[in-house]
This record gives sequence, C-alpha cells and structure tokens, in this order.
Amino acid sequence: MRYLPLTDADRRDMLAVAGASSIDDLFADVPAAARLDGKIHGLPDHQSEMAVERQLGALARTNVAAGDVPFFLGCGAYRHHIPASVDHMIQRGEFLTSYTPYQPEIAQGTLQALFEFQTQVARLYGCDVANASMYDGSTACWEAIAMARRITRRGKAILSSGLHPHYVSVAKTMARFTGDVIEVEIPTLSKETDAARLLDRIDGETSCVVFQYPDVLGRCADMSELAARAHEKGALLIAVVTEPVALGMLKSPGEMGADIVVGEGQSIGVGLQFGGPFVGLFACAEKYVRQMPGRLAGMTVDAEGKRGFVLTLSTREQHIRREKATSNICTSSVLCALAFTMHLTLLGEAGLRKLAELNFDRALYAAERFSALYRLHMINSTFFNEFTLVLNLREARPVVRELAARGILGGVSLGRLYPGEESLERALVVAVTETATKEDIDTFVTALKEVLDDH
Amino acid sequence: MTTNPGGWRPERPEAAEGAAQTWTGNRALMLEQPLSFEIGAADRTGVDFEAANIGPEVRSSIPWEGAVDHVYYEMRELQRHRPIGLPGLSEPEMVRHYTRLSRQNYAIDLGLFPLGSCTMKHNPRLNEKVARMPGFADVHPLQPADTVQGAYALIHELARWLVELTGMHSVAMSPKAGAHGELCGLLAIRSALEARGDARQVILVPESAHGTNPATAAFAGYRVENIPANAAGRVDLEALKARLGPDVAGVMITNPNTCGLFEPEMIEISAAVHEAGGLVYCDGANFNAIVGRVRPGDLGIDAMHINLHKTFSTPHGGGGPGSGPVVFSAALTPFAPLPFVEKQGERYDLVEEETAGEHHASSFGRMVAFHGQMGMFTRALAYMMSHGADGLRQVAEDAVLNANYVLRSLDDLLDAPFGSSGPCMHEALFSDKGFAPGLSTLDLAKALIDEGYHPMTMYFPLVVHGAMLVEPTETESKAALDEFIGALRSVAERAKAGDESLKAAPIHAPRRRLDETLAARKPVLVYKEPDVAEAAE
Repeated sequence: MRYLPLTDADRRDMLAVAGASSIDDLFADVPAAARLDGKIHGLPDHQSEMAVERQLGALARTNVAAGDVPFFLGCGAYRHHIPASVDHMIQRGEFLTSYTPYQPEIAQGTLQALFEFQTQVARLYGCDVANASMYDGSTACWEAIAMARRITRRGKAILSSGLHPHYVSVAKTMARFTGDVIEVEIPTLSKETDAARLLDRIDGETSCVVFQYPDVLGRCADMSELAARAHEKGALLIAVVTEPVALGMLKSPGEMGADIVVGEGQSIGVGLQFGGPFVGLFACAEKYVRQMPGRLAGMTVDAEGKRGFVLTLSTREQHIRREKATSNICTSSVLCALAFTMHLTLLGEAGLRKLAELNFDRALYAAERFSALYRLHMINSTFFNEFTLVLNLREARPVVRELAARGILGGVSLGRLYPGEESLERALVVAVTETATKEDIDTFVTALKEVLDDH
Repeated sequence: MTTNPGGWRPERPEAAEGAAQTWTGNRALMLEQPLSFEIGAADRTGVDFEAANIGPEVRSSIPWEGAVDHVYYEMRELQRHRPIGLPGLSEPEMVRHYTRLSRQNYAIDLGLFPLGSCTMKHNPRLNEKVARMPGFADVHPLQPADTVQGAYALIHELARWLVELTGMHSVAMSPKAGAHGELCGLLAIRSALEARGDARQVILVPESAHGTNPATAAFAGYRVENIPANAAGRVDLEALKARLGPDVAGVMITNPNTCGLFEPEMIEISAAVHEAGGLVYCDGANFNAIVGRVRPGDLGIDAMHINLHKTFSTPHGGGGPGSGPVVFSAALTPFAPLPFVEKQGERYDLVEEETAGEHHASSFGRMVAFHGQMGMFTRALAYMMSHGADGLRQVAEDAVLNANYVLRSLDDLLDAPFGSSGPCMHEALFSDKGFAPGLSTLDLAKALIDEGYHPMTMYFPLVVHGAMLVEPTETESKAALDEFIGALRSVAERAKAGDESLKAAPIHAPRRRLDETLAARKPVLVYKEPDVAEAAE
C-alpha cells in the first residue's frame, strides 16, 4: 500500500521490540464486545491512484463548473480570478504540511505570513488590529456578537435585515443556547438599506448592531450615523463584509466608526470550493484586543535580538484558559489566510483598486442592459458588483433552473435563501465580477429576456 | 593582460576559518526575508487586468440609455479617498518572498512530525489533485441542485464511509474543524435534553482532556466539572459514577485518551451516563488509532467528531482549514444540524431550512453558512478510497505499532508514566522525571529542533509532569523511527546528565528562542511604517 512504509519483516521486528506476539496484543485494552475481527462490510478494498482519480474525476465532471458557463452567483461567495502563483505557493510542502505554529523557531514562515495577513486585513477594514483568521464569515460574525456581549455586558444584538440569511441563522442557532437575544427582520425590496430604520431601535440594552456592507441585496449605505447612535447608547457597531474586493473602492467600515469588522475572505485567493473551506476575517479596535477570539501572530525578538514572530496573547485561548477562553477555536483557516495574503500582496493597492473598478464597471454594464428589459426591474440605487432584480410576473427559482438548463448560472433566487417568504420570491440577486465577459453578460441578458418572454 | 590559458580554478577546499557573520545576515540557503510591507510599493502589482467594458469608446458602440448613471453618482459618495496601505509585489518578487518564507517552516514533507494528538501523517498528493478538479473546486454552493449532483454525491458517499467506519447512525458534515464539531455534538445533546424538558447544566470532562472540550462546553452554555484519572491514566469510573446525577447533561471523553491509552471501561462509562439520564460525547481526535478495528458505535457513545485533517490526511496547512464531521447515535440524529444531503432514488438533494420542516423538524439549526468543507471532503474521500477498508485497518495497526515501538525503545531512558500498565495506542507518553535539576521538557524539545525534528507535544496532557506526547503516525518507516529514537535518546541523555548547553537550543534554527513574554506584554500585531511607529511612541 503506497502510503504505508512498513514491510511485514519490519512489523515482525517491531512487535518483538514492543513485547507483543501479535498486533492484537496491542489492542488488548479494547473490550471484546467492541473488537472488529475482520474488515468492515460494505466498503471496498484499497485502490490504485489511477482508479481513484478516474472515479472521482467522473464524479467531478457531472457538476457544472462555474468557469465553463456564463456565471453570475454571489450572495456570500464570489468567483474571482486567482493568479496561478497563489495556488502554486500554498502547495509548498512547508506551508501545506506544517502544523499550527506552536514552535516558533521553526515556523517563522507561517508566522510572518500571518503577521502580514493581519496587517492587510486591519488596513482593508480600517481597524487597528486583526486576528490570524476564523473558519468563515458566518462564524466570525457570531464570534463578534459574542465578543460584543463580553465587552458591553449586554445580551441584545440587533441584526440588519440586509445581513446574509445564513449568517443570521448561525447567530440565531447559537443565541438559542447562550441566551443572547437576536432581533432581525426580513429584508424589503426597497432601494434603501435599513440603516436609517435601525437607528431608533438601538437602546440601553443593545450590545451591538450588525450591519452588512454591501448588504445581501447588493445595497451599500454609509454606517457613520449608525456607529454614532450605537456609541451614544453604549453599544458597538459590527460591520460585516462578505465581498472584500468592494473595499478596494469603498470607504472602509472602520473609517465609518465600526468597532468590530468581520467578514468572508474567500473572494481573494481562495475560490468557490462549493462553500468551504473559506476564511473568516476578524478585526477590531486595539482596546478590545484581549476580548478577541482566535489566534494572533505578534512581533518579538529572539535570544540574539533578531526580529521574529510568535503566537501571542494565548491567555485568551482554550489550550490555556480552558472553559474561560474567549472562544473554543483551535484549528482555524491558516492556509486559506495564506492564499488571501498572497493574492492581496500580488494585487497590491493599485491592483486591488483596479480589480474593484473592473467589478463595478462590469456590474454597471450588466445593470444597464437589464434595465432595458420590460419584465423586471432593479431595486438598487447603490451596488458594487451585485444587485437585485425583481421579476414582474414570475418566481425567480424556476427561472434560475430554466437558465441553468440553457447553460447559464444566472444568479441566486431569494426564494432559496428565504424559503416561504412570498415577498421575496420574485427577487434574483445577480453578481457580476471581472470573470464575466461582456459576451457572458449579453448572453445572460438575452437568455433571461427569452425565458421571461416565453412564459 | 594576464590570461589563464590552462583554465585553472580552485578544485579542492582549503582549510580556513570562515567569518561567523555575513554582510546580508543570510547563511547560504538560510535566507532572511523582510516583510512584504518593507519591500513592496503601492503602485507595484503582480496582476494585469483587461480594459473596462464601458469606457467611452465602448459606450458609443452599444445602446446606452444611462439607466444606471444614478448608481454611478450615488456610489461616489462612498468612495474611498485615503490610501489603504497595501504595497504590492510583482510576480517574481511574490514567488521569491513566499518561497523564502516557506523555507523557515518545518513540515511533514521535511521529516517526522511527532506532535501528539495531532496525527501529522503524510498528506497524499492525489488528494490535492482531486480537490482542484474544477467540478469540485470551481462550484458555487448555491448553484441549482441539477448542476451539482456530483458534489452532493461526493458528500453523501463520504458520509456513508464515516457512518460505516464508526458504526453510528448518521453524520453531520458541516462543522468546520474539531472544536466546531464538539460544539455541534454538544448543541445536539442540549437540544435532545431540552426536547424532553430536561434542563441539565453540567458537562463532565476528564482532567486530561484537550482544552477545546471545556471551552466548547462553556461556549454551548454549560458549566464544566473535571473528573479525575486513576493511577493507570484512565477515567476513574467510580468517581464518575459518584458524580453522575440529574444535573449532569453528559460527559466528554477522548478515546483513545490523551495519555495515548484506550479506555477499557468505555462501555461501562457509557452505560452509567445513560442510566443517569445523560449523553456521551466522544472526542474523536485520536480515531486514527482504532479506525477499522473498533467502531465507536459499539462503545455506546452518542456523538463524536472526526478530524478529517488528522485521521483522513487532509493537510493541516499551518493551522487549518480542518473539517470536523460529527457522527450521531439514533437518539441524537433528529437534532443534527442543517444542512445535509439526502438521496432519493438516483437523485441527491440538500435538506435546508426550506424542507427541514417535513423531514427534520427537531434540528437545532444551522452552524455555518453553506455546507461545510468541500475541499476537505474531496481529499478525505480520495484518501479513504485509496486505502479501502483493508488499508484503513492497516493504518490503525501500523500507527499503534509505531507508537509502541517508540515507547519500548525509549522507556529504559525516559520515564513512561503509564508504560507499566500495558501497550499504548497511537501515541507514547513520557514525563520529565529524572531530568537534571534546571532542565525541562522545553529544553529537550528545543534540542530536538537542532536535531532536525519538530518537537513532540509538550506539557500536555496536564495530568503528567513535563509531559511529552509522541505520535509518530503510520506513515513513518522503521528507519525514520530509528533515527528519531536515536536523536531523542541523545537529547534525553543530555537532559539527564545536566548538559546546560540544552538551554541554548535551538542554535541551528532560523531563529533562537523567541521572547513570548515581550510579545504578550507589548503586543505588536500589525506592521507600522517606521515613521508612523515613531510618531506613536
């Protein structure tokens, strides 16, 4: 077997050293009732590399890959081009096959890259500090809510209706067990976000307001007033960013006064991956750093005075604090964080701005073309690379399926994300990134017109 | 002009003392690398883009009503004006930057990585290839079901393997890593108890447990109490029984445990907990020791997470991503989280909030956006198919054999606190007993770095003084083990003999010991340009 180096002769010699007459002796502690004598039934025997590759390749080919068709899905996961060098570099064995950097003398590669990652995330978000990554945006969002509770010692979180519904679900699931109160409504298909409406709901019991930017319908709003009102009432503003490329063009949440900024980093360097692994980004004001969850890389010096990096402030963490830790997180998403930082380093400030402009530009073009169709209208007066169309006469879900049958992956129907909400079932969220060509957009617009006309 | 017609050049080394320091600070292949922020520039980039679509020249060639011009103007209000502060690198610089950084890391690809409880086994490269197939990697989680039948099928097939291998009733695939899996299990336990109107408050955790166990229990809203170990390094069954009662929601037990030992009374433990109305969570971090030989379902447990990044070889990546599917007993299955994949005839569907009402009304809900770590699922399934049922059993046997070989090759020299109570499972535990005064486990570990190894897990489990937990895994050859044993014997002898030079170790690594106290006292977590840093002083 190709991954197992021991030979039968090795095994015999080693059993002798171990003082065992057979391998079964080494499993003597297992109670007889739980011992399996033979192989597990229903599972095949070992196979060659070629055979496994053939079978899994066949399975992969039954899926429609985004790169093979005109593709317009977003809603929390975005398709961007990833330079070849990024995927090449994360496959360096020293990155790929290393462990959490507990021995910093022989993990400076990962630690320095994480320090650079933290710096980039903090600057992109407009915050003082960032951690070394979370599982994904949705779990980072809940951790931020829990952190706001620890800081304010209040238990009511107000969530914008524009927050991704999966993020809302995760918060609701967790809050049911922690006793936090979550207030949230279903979004309305208006051109404005609910930023103004949230102002009056913030009160003396509110721990935090959670606002997504751009929101799940693609709308963008200034959060400054929200931040000011939250602070006035002793609450925190948590900003959520599911599309970090937007921050190449838009003011950062930190600039607008957000205290904690969290989000999904998948757009930069990671890829779609059917939803995971992704990389959660987490940043905040320096004064809250000791309440932050997750790993932190920090700068220090070695015994010879040379600059180096270590995991730090671990007195917040589970392996030291056990039940008093700020979070139970152990393994996070370091390799994805490395992919993020490599891609962002390759882009640099100029490249990120250009990428953002190109996304905005393509989305504007698509929106302009859709606005010429009669059987739908766009709700947005603001967007970055994603906007919401409302079909006048049809539910969006079957339309998405009909488009797929024509070889076009044409957006996400809100009926899928908000099952049972009749007010949203005609809405279609369309994301247009730099990977969509003008021809892709034209094909999509024509096909959507035909599907709507046919009916 | 002097010429060299014979083409003479030095061909033999001459004995000479070299300079200790170099001008660059580099030492040949050991290359220092500044931060990207110190070498990049805001106007430098490694990515080229095509031209925008709707510049004036394109606008004049398409029908352009200006229907979205208002968006353009509204968005200008939100435009970023200040620089972000993100210097870029060209591609050659970027490749060199990260190549140089990578060489400052130890990795399984370089050598044995005996980190106990972490199962640092070889990461097969077929898995990487499969995970990158566009049909798995370039697929959006919200694509219509008809376009992702193969992705659903893969998740369903991996779930089937996990259920068969564990002898459990069902599996939740979405948890993102081990600790997230623990949370999943505890939320299911709490939901099941609440469903029967039972608001129990306490989770019992052995003293030897991994820190995530108590942290997770607290995160799930429970109070944590410790249960003691007996002299043989196992859960003290009588002490456990004495503590069980109507306030105990359940226990979290690691089996094989963190001392590297199987809990021989696991069936009795489960029965006692069940009898007292509680439920049993098993931490599956150490499943590698028993895969194919023991099914946790036969031990009476109710929930267990499986670290795909340990037992099933998905790469650890320097701290993730992991993946922590949780297998459930029949009793807990109704409470498992959303979403999951269901097969109806030949068709696969995703059960989410929408359809859960019909099939899965008791689910405790969603723990994460989308459906879990697909990129890890592909790798783990490729690994399982490569090994097959026969190979996975061999994995456990070789992992346990390798650990026992290490244990018995060293227990004459190093104290093995539970060595006399029989064989270990997949990891061998030693203590610092017998080290010369002033020398510690840390000194031995750092000396191992100079020998070319990543140290073992240090100071864990907490129940052993100066613990050293060695997990060689099954992907090490006998020759590799022999060399490691030789290195460990050498440093252990130095530690026992009081060789003070151990305190200086490591001396050959990219860095000497780092000042962690300084890092924590004055945290520097982001880079500041020298002028900014000075202004802040």
